[in-house]
Formats: sequence, C-alpha cells, structure tokens
Amino acid sequence: MDMPIIELKGVVKSFGPVDVLKGVNFTAYPGKITALVGDNGAGKSTLIKGLAGVQPYDGGEVLFNGSPVHLHSPRDAGALGIEVVYQDLALCDNLDIVQNMFLGREELSAGTFDEGRMEREAAETLRQLSVRTVKSVRQKVSSLSGGQRQTVAIARSVLKKAKVVILDEPTAALGVAQTAQVLALVKRLAEQGVSVIIISHNLVDVFEVADYISVLYLGQMVASVKTSETNNEDVIGYITGVKTYEGTSA
Amino acid sequence: MSAADGGAPATESTTVLSALSTEQLIGSGQEGGLMDQVRAWVQRVRGGDMGALPAVAGFVVLSVLFTALSPFFFTERNFANLLTQAATLVMLGMALVFVLLLGEIDLSAGVTAGLTMVIFVVLVAVVNLNWILALAIAFLTGIAIGTFIGFFVAKVGIPSFVVTLGLFLGFQGLELIIIGAGGLYRVETPEILAIQNGTLPTWGGWVMLVVMLAVSATTSWIDRSRRTRAGVPNRTIALVWAKLITIAVLGGVVVLILNQNRGTGFKAIEGVPIVVPITLAILWLGTFVLDRTKFGRYIYAVGGNAEAARRSGVKVAAIRWSAFIVCSSLAVVAGLFSISKVGSVDAAAGRDIVLSGVAAAVVGGVSLFGGRGRLIHAAIGALVIAVITNGLGLLNLPAGVNYAVTGGVLILAATIDAVSRKRAGGSILRT
Ligand SMILES: Nc1ncnc2c1ncn2[C@@H]1O[C@H](COP(=O)(O)OP(=O)(O)OP(=O)(O)O)[C@@H](O)[C@H]1O
Ligand SMILES: [Mg+2]
Repeated sequence: MDMPIIELKGVVKSFGPVDVLKGVNFTAYPGKITALVGDNGAGKSTLIKGLAGVQPYDGGEVLFNGSPVHLHSPRDAGALGIEVVYQDLALCDNLDIVQNMFLGREELSAGTFDEGRMEREAAETLRQLSVRTVKSVRQKVSSLSGGQRQTVAIARSVLKKAKVVILDEPTAALGVAQTAQVLALVKRLAEQGVSVIIISHNLVDVFEVADYISVLYLGQMVASVKTSETNNEDVIGYITGVKTYEGTSA
Repeated sequence: MSAADGGAPATESTTVLSALSTEQLIGSGQEGGLMDQVRAWVQRVRGGDMGALPAVAGFVVLSVLFTALSPFFFTERNFANLLTQAATLVMLGMALVFVLLLGEIDLSAGVTAGLTMVIFVVLVAVVNLNWILALAIAFLTGIAIGTFIGFFVAKVGIPSFVVTLGLFLGFQGLELIIIGAGGLYRVETPEILAIQNGTLPTWGGWVMLVVMLAVSATTSWIDRSRRTRAGVPNRTIALVWAKLITIAVLGGVVVLILNQNRGTGFKAIEGVPIVVPITLAILWLGTFVLDRTKFGRYIYAVGGNAEAARRSGVKVAAIRWSAFIVCSSLAVVAGLFSISKVGSVDAAAGRDIVLSGVAAAVVGGVSLFGGRGRLIHAAIGALVIAVITNGLGLLNLPAGVNYAVTGGVLILAATIDAVSRKRAGGSILRT
C-alpha cells in the first residue's frame, strides 16, 4: 500500500460545550477516492474545514506525506496543495469563469493581469477534464447551472495543481445527467494522481466512485474500509450506528 | 494502427470526436466579427447586464429636453458650467464606488470632504500655513478618516451604515466647532481656485485628447498582443477602431465647444477647465486599478461573495479596510473641487452632497448590493444629476422641483438595478 498523503490522528474540535470531533483518525491516498459518509451533523463538514484551514482543529495531529503540518488558514492548506470544493459559497457570481478559477492566484505580467494567459490555462484545464457543457470561459458564473458551477469549482482545484481535492456533497443539488458528469470528473481527477476526498449522502454514488469509505458517527470514525470489501447494508449500519465495524481499520 | 481489437477504433474515433467538439464548445466570447460582438452585447443587456446604458439614455433625453425648453441650455457657457458643477459629484460618486462595490456605504464621504476642506482653509487663512502643506494635512486627515472607518467595519464588524452615520453627525459638529455657526472662510489660494476656474490653453485641450487616444490605443494594443502571445482569440480589431473613433469624435466635439470664447466681458474665457483632465486622470487610474490589479479584482470578489473570496485566500478584511481609505481620500479631492467652484467654506460644508454622490453612482448603474459597477458609471450618473439640477435651474423652477425630480430618477435607477439583478440571477444559460 502507498503511503497516505493525508493522515489525521485523533483530531478534536468543539464549538463551545459541543464536541463535534472526538478524536478522529482518517487517511487518504494519492490517486484514490475516499468517501466520507455519515448522518447529518456527524461532523463531516467540520472535519474537512479543519483540513482546509478554514476552521482549525483544536487538537490532534495532521500528517501530510508523513510529516506533521499545521493548517491555520486557507493559505496553509493551499500551499500544501489541499483544495476544497465547498457545498456552498464556492464562487463569486459577479465574476466570470476565468476570474473565478484564478481568484487568489492571478497571473501577472508587469504588475497587471495577463488575461490571455489565464484564459488559455482555464480553457485548457476544462478541456483536459473533458468539460463540454460550458460555452465560453468568459461567461459570468451567475449564468451557469448548478452542475456547471460544480464543474468550474472542481476545475479550479485542478488548475491549482492540487494534490488533494476535497468535495463536500458535490452532487447534492444536481439532476441525474449532471451528477453523472460530476462523478466522471471526479474519477478523471483521481486518474491524474490526485487524492480525492468526497462527502456524499448518496451511497449509490459512493459505491460507484470510491476506493475507500470512511464512516463518521457522532464525531467518531466508526469504520474505514475498502469499497470492494464492504456492501451497502453494512455501510448503512455504520452510518446509523446499528452496526459496529469489526475488521482492521484501513 | 492495428485494428485487431474490434472495439478499439470505435472508441478512439469517439474520443477524437468528443475532443473536437470540446475544442469548439469552450470559447471565450471574443470570436466573430463586429456583428457577433454587437449581438453578444445585446444579449448581455437583455440578460440584465445593462451597465450605464439607462444613464446614458437618460442623459441624452434630458439634454434634448432642456435644449428644447431653454435657449440657455445648449450654449458654450452653460456647457462649461455644467461640467464644473458636475465635477464635485463625479469625484464623490467615484469615491463611493470603491465601497459600494463591497456592498458597503460611506455616509460620511460628503462631510469628510467638508471637514478636510475646513481644516485646509483654516490652516491657510488663520494659521498662515503654506498651502501645499495644508493640502497634505487635509489628505492625511482624509486617509486617517478612511482608516478609522475601515477599522470599525473590517475589524470590529460594525455595519458601515452605522459607523459612517456616526461620523456624518460627528463631523458636522467638528466643522461647527472649528468655524462657528454662520462662519465662512473665503478660499484665497489661487492654485486651488484655478482647478475649477482656470482653463487649459486651447491647444492644451487637443493635447489632452491626443493623450487619451494614445493611452487607449496603447492599452488595447498591449491587451491584444498578450492575448495573441497566449494563443487565445482577440475581439475583432474593428471594436478598437470603434472605441478610438468614439473617443475622437465625442472628445473632439467637447474640446471644440470648450475652446470657444464663453466670456461675457472683454476678457476671453476659453479652453477646457483644468478640473476636466484631473478628473479624467483619476478616472483612468482608478479604472486601471479596478480592472487590472489584484486589489481591484478582490474588491469585486469580496462584493460578489465575501466567503468565497476568503476561502480563495483573499484577505477580505484588508480589502474592505483599504477600500474605505481610497473612498475617503478621493472624497478629499471632491472637497477640493467643491471649494474651488464655490470659493468659500462654511460650517455646513459637504453636508448635502453625500446622498447625491450615492445617487450618482446608483443612477449610473453601480449596484447597491455590491459586486457590480464601474467608475465611469458613477461619472455618467453624476452628469445626469448635474443636468437635472442645471436644466431645472435654467427653467427658473423652484428648488423643490429639483429635489423631487432627482429623487424620482434615483428610485427609477434603483428599480432598474433590482430588476436587472433578478434577471441576471434568473437567466440561466443552459447548453
Ligand atoms: N460553527 C459552528 N458552531 C456551532 N456548532 C457547529 C458549527 N459548525 C458545526 N456545528 C455543529 O457540529 C455538528 C457537525 O456539523 P457538520 O456540519 O460537520 O455536520 P455534517 O456531517 O457536515 O452534516 P451534513 O450532512 O448535514 O452536512 C453539528 O451538530 C453542527 O450543529
Ligand atoms: Mg456538511
């Protein structure tokens, strides 16, 4: 087995008196898709916000490629190549696709934007991911559909040469066709060697794309298994807490 | 290529096909001839992205109306007068754009202009300070005010409406304390008076126009060569020519009118008022910053979606903070324009103009909801409001009518903003 690119050991997080993460262990591997599942309020979003540096953990250890790191701001995470595609609030509606994809890391030439270069790289990235539903890279994001927005958000992480891409419920608001497109995109991402962590409530999607499944239950990691070594029923059992995982944790 | 595997050729041709169609599908909206660009623009407008279009239309309609109603409206004299009357509002509107783009407001911008000018004039007239030093102190005061507002908005988290309302009241008090009720200081500095009352030599107007054309042509050329180097399509060159010709013709007419003698006595008054090139330079510089630098882009990003900007690594608080500093600094310039025109400062300086400044920006197409608008919009909006004031004044209508009409126009503009916002959100282009 490869060395994990991300390894969390006993991370904890509380909001006031509420312990949301109670010593969570978690691993993700390069080129693999790890699904993070669990019921509403289990702490999935909180776990990944810690990885993104948006809401730092209160305690525990984060190993990146085996060495301990500190994630205190989105910049820390970005510097390591960790990119998050959020459930919501991911893009600026008033900016176009290129401007959104390069937000925070614009390419300059003589101190001013090199729009040509940014436009080419944005278009190339979308092509490389075989994105076909976007008409023009200069479209305002406000004119895009939900699936197209997800696509742009995912493409942005690719553009940043991300090593780890975290997707929080990327298909939650999408129809059948758009879900299929986004899942295909997720697979292509992993094929390119990116470590993908995907949060989803849809177990059909999870079983379709994931290599590993990690289950959070009330702030604790109750199971981490290979998709090929488990089944729908067991995972539902772990999620709802009626079943406990017996095997060795991955 | 071996066709031993029956499935392979089919798969391959499908991949090639999809790659080809991808190539065609992702464009940049720059392709096509002049008519394609015009069509794309019409579609944007119909989709709710109207920009300054309603304001430009309003300006033209009002100008035609007042020309028909008053023989004094369309005269060289009134034209120059209109521009200098509008200058303060143009500058204040442009100052406010920086905070309006964030979805914030600065209700103290007008009294910031007033207070800094009170300080300037008192320093010159009472303390006998050198005017350049006094001006520097006025600007530093403006920067300090912006820093103060920015701190409370960006760091403490108080709504800008509340912070600046507090300053709006507080600064009026300060002005009263410094000048005293009913007090008034004349502006005696010739350099300051020259901003609005001095003119370029007649050839200077033409030089100004040539500089504008050269700057516009150069930036277009740099943009295009960068795009060419990157291998992405350029808009048709016809658009560049159209832009240059528009500037040349409109600018040429304006310079020509302003170069006529508009004096009534023996002394000829002719030439472009000095305030015009100053305003154009600030407009150009501000637009450059907003369109082509990270600071500008982040202002739009924060105004569009602050949380998304933060997650992209934008230092949101720093951007908010600096925008208020820019606003207050430009408000000082507006103050200079104002005292240069009026020739004096009293204890109520700047009290009435801030809402007109906000109105100018909104009438011009700057969104109060943040994220949408340009400096030129505020400038055009200010011209619309100035035309209303100027035209109604020539018709000898009571001042009340002016307020009522301006208010009506503002509500109309805000309605257009709200409706077009809804449309922009609702028109989802699916392929
Ligand atoms: N900023 C916060 N302040 C207080 N409590 C919070 C905060 N963020 C999350 N929580 C609480 O932490 C718990 C876990 O929330 P989290 O968003 O991580 O759940 P989740 O697994 O992502 O759920 P969902 O599937 O609904 O998205 C919830 O009980 C939630 O109320
Ligand atoms: Mg969640």
